[in-house]
Amino acid sequence: MDDSILLAHGSGGKLSHELVEKKFLPFLANPALNKLDDSAIFEASGRLAFTTDGYVVNPIFFPGGDIGKLAVCGTVNDLAMNGARPLYLSLSAIIEEGFLLSELERIVQSIKKAAEEAKVSIIAGDTKVVNRGQADKLFITTSGVGIIPPGVDISGANARAGDKVLLSGTIGDHGIAIMSQREGLKFSMTLKSDCAPLNKLVSHMLQVSTRIHCLRDPTRGGLATTLNELARQSKAGIVIEETEIPVKEDVRAACELLGLDPIYVANEGKLVAVVDPTDAPKILARMRKNRYGRYAAIIGEVTGEHPGKVVMKTKVGPSRIVDMLSGELLPRIC
Amino acid sequence: MKFIDEYQDSKLVRGLACKIAQRSTKTIRVMEFCGGHTHAILRHGIRQLVPKTVEMRSGPGCPVCVTATVDLDKAIALAHLPDVIITTFGDMIRVPGSYSSLQKVKAEGADVRIVYSTTDAVEIASANRGKSVIFIGIGFETTAPTIAASILRAQREEIENFHVLSLNKLTPPVMKALLESGETKLDGIVCPGHVSVIIGSHPYEFIPRDYRVACVISGFEPLDILLCIDKLVEQIEKGEPKVEIAYLRGVKPEGNRKARQLMEGVFEVGEANWRGIGIVPKSGLKIRRKYERFDADKAFSVSLKPPKEPKGCRCGDIIRGAAMPLECTLFGKSCTPESPVGPCMVSSEGACAAYYQYGTPEDLHTL
Repeated sequence: MDDSILLAHGSGGKLSHELVEKKFLPFLANPALNKLDDSAIFEASGRLAFTTDGYVVNPIFFPGGDIGKLAVCGTVNDLAMNGARPLYLSLSAIIEEGFLLSELERIVQSIKKAAEEAKVSIIAGDTKVVNRGQADKLFITTSGVGIIPPGVDISGANARAGDKVLLSGTIGDHGIAIMSQREGLKFSMTLKSDCAPLNKLVSHMLQVSTRIHCLRDPTRGGLATTLNELARQSKAGIVIEETEIPVKEDVRAACELLGLDPIYVANEGKLVAVVDPTDAPKILARMRKNRYGRYAAIIGEVTGEHPGKVVMKTKVGPSRIVDMLSGELLPRIC
Repeated sequence: MKFIDEYQDSKLVRGLACKIAQRSTKTIRVMEFCGGHTHAILRHGIRQLVPKTVEMRSGPGCPVCVTATVDLDKAIALAHLPDVIITTFGDMIRVPGSYSSLQKVKAEGADVRIVYSTTDAVEIASANRGKSVIFIGIGFETTAPTIAASILRAQREEIENFHVLSLNKLTPPVMKALLESGETKLDGIVCPGHVSVIIGSHPYEFIPRDYRVACVISGFEPLDILLCIDKLVEQIEKGEPKVEIAYLRGVKPEGNRKARQLMEGVFEVGEANWRGIGIVPKSGLKIRRKYERFDADKAFSVSLKPPKEPKGCRCGDIIRGAAMPLECTLFGKSCTPESPVGPCMVSSEGACAAYYQYGTPEDLHTL
């Protein structure tokens, strides 16, 4: 096989088969996938959750992860945010002609590792190759199905006045790690993306309380956007304290330099939980025992006032509105 | 974080706010010239810490906002030329011109690229010798030295396909124009922090002398801004306006001589067209004849239709401090950050964007 992807790898012929058999199957093998039928067959009963997401991150390799890990964790997390236990994923890769096979292999290995950690199997897949310039190296879409345990009812619309708002750790790590690698903005730092599967953390939280009302992972748009989504969906107000929000020093420094607010910077391994106030302390304590919840904190609460709006008590005392992110995050001019 | 946390200390902030409240007896109006200050004030909730006797107005210190529509139209027209790559700071691409925006022409196929510094624009030119790379040079004395440095580098490395559309503007002359017009009565000015790092404090001295208006240069952290307001209130209460620096860790009275030499070597002072203000003499920077081959105005000619201002948009009034964002009937209705009518709602330094993002006084009143 050549060193890079050829259009013929997407022809459906011999090279296509070789690509799947040599580059995907050895890493992702499982009984359903190995059959290579047109669809995968599995059994499941109960309430199922189903989701899909596309991944087009640039650069595809970044400190703390790559597009493959992101594609698994992102979809696993979307399932977990409804309290579902992720079971199976499908994976579709659109590859640009000329993409290095060695890089593809690295990404598939990373998919394997992330899927193993999240305990999900990839049971269906597809590859396509497009002409050079028609895609940026590699795009991945994953879909996932999970099962919701009985008694669990988690939705963005379930926040009630008095509930506590918990955050699982430091914000902005992913966005700043990616930005530090981007063309034209490179700066050197040791910060890594927080990209991680959160399903185990969620199952630990559910073990100590089922009175978890909302869960959401603050990805693009950051914490501010997620809190606004929850406030709007639940028609409730949210009040948070700026001093309670954990932010790494590196992220703060980079945000200061670029004129960004960490509450708008993306995360890939964090969750926001809106929970019953009496259960909040034990949920927090359980979160802190999980490696992805070590720096969890209660950052605020839900209120019956100003429905649909998020208000933050700033570091220096007064309060202000926290709006959703609008447009793109861009560094300041002067 | 060192040099940040100290300036966000809530105890010190509260103490200083009390001191200002005690000191302030007269009802006064101060203008924060710089859009960065407007954003910091609203982001930290500083308006709620300042006594009601102190009214704060935003000024023209937002580089994107003050770019005249006709200049924006020119940038858009340049983007339509064959074999041209337009490079610009991010906010510019979303500002609506008379008939289109850089964002729209980019979607239609023009090569418009966002850069984070002028160095990137020079490097794009170096890597695309067959094309003309035009950098849309906006900003004040803060960005001008870096643009000057990029022109010198292009000359040194013989990157002849690099050009700058110089829309750079100068701060003290526009302050003079605003004070001269007398439209908005001011008692004090929160002078820009980053601009003053370059120009120092001396260029503001005509303001207290000729207009009896207090001037204090401020940093961008909550304590910096309150310290500045405290000094302004003190000067105004005593009736002794002067120029003071409340940002000593950044600004020296003489400024940064080296940066100014760089700027003065490449640019000469000329008139500039400011949105909402019009042509202000000696308030712009033109590329000197010696470097005219890098001047996009000389190297390219485009024909422009007469500029059109968006109906009902009060960006001009807001830039002059003659109106507050909320006084614009479009604010938050047909004009939002998602679909902005005027530049003040686009830019991360625009006053309308700050009021929209961090809450209007009415919103905050209900908290």
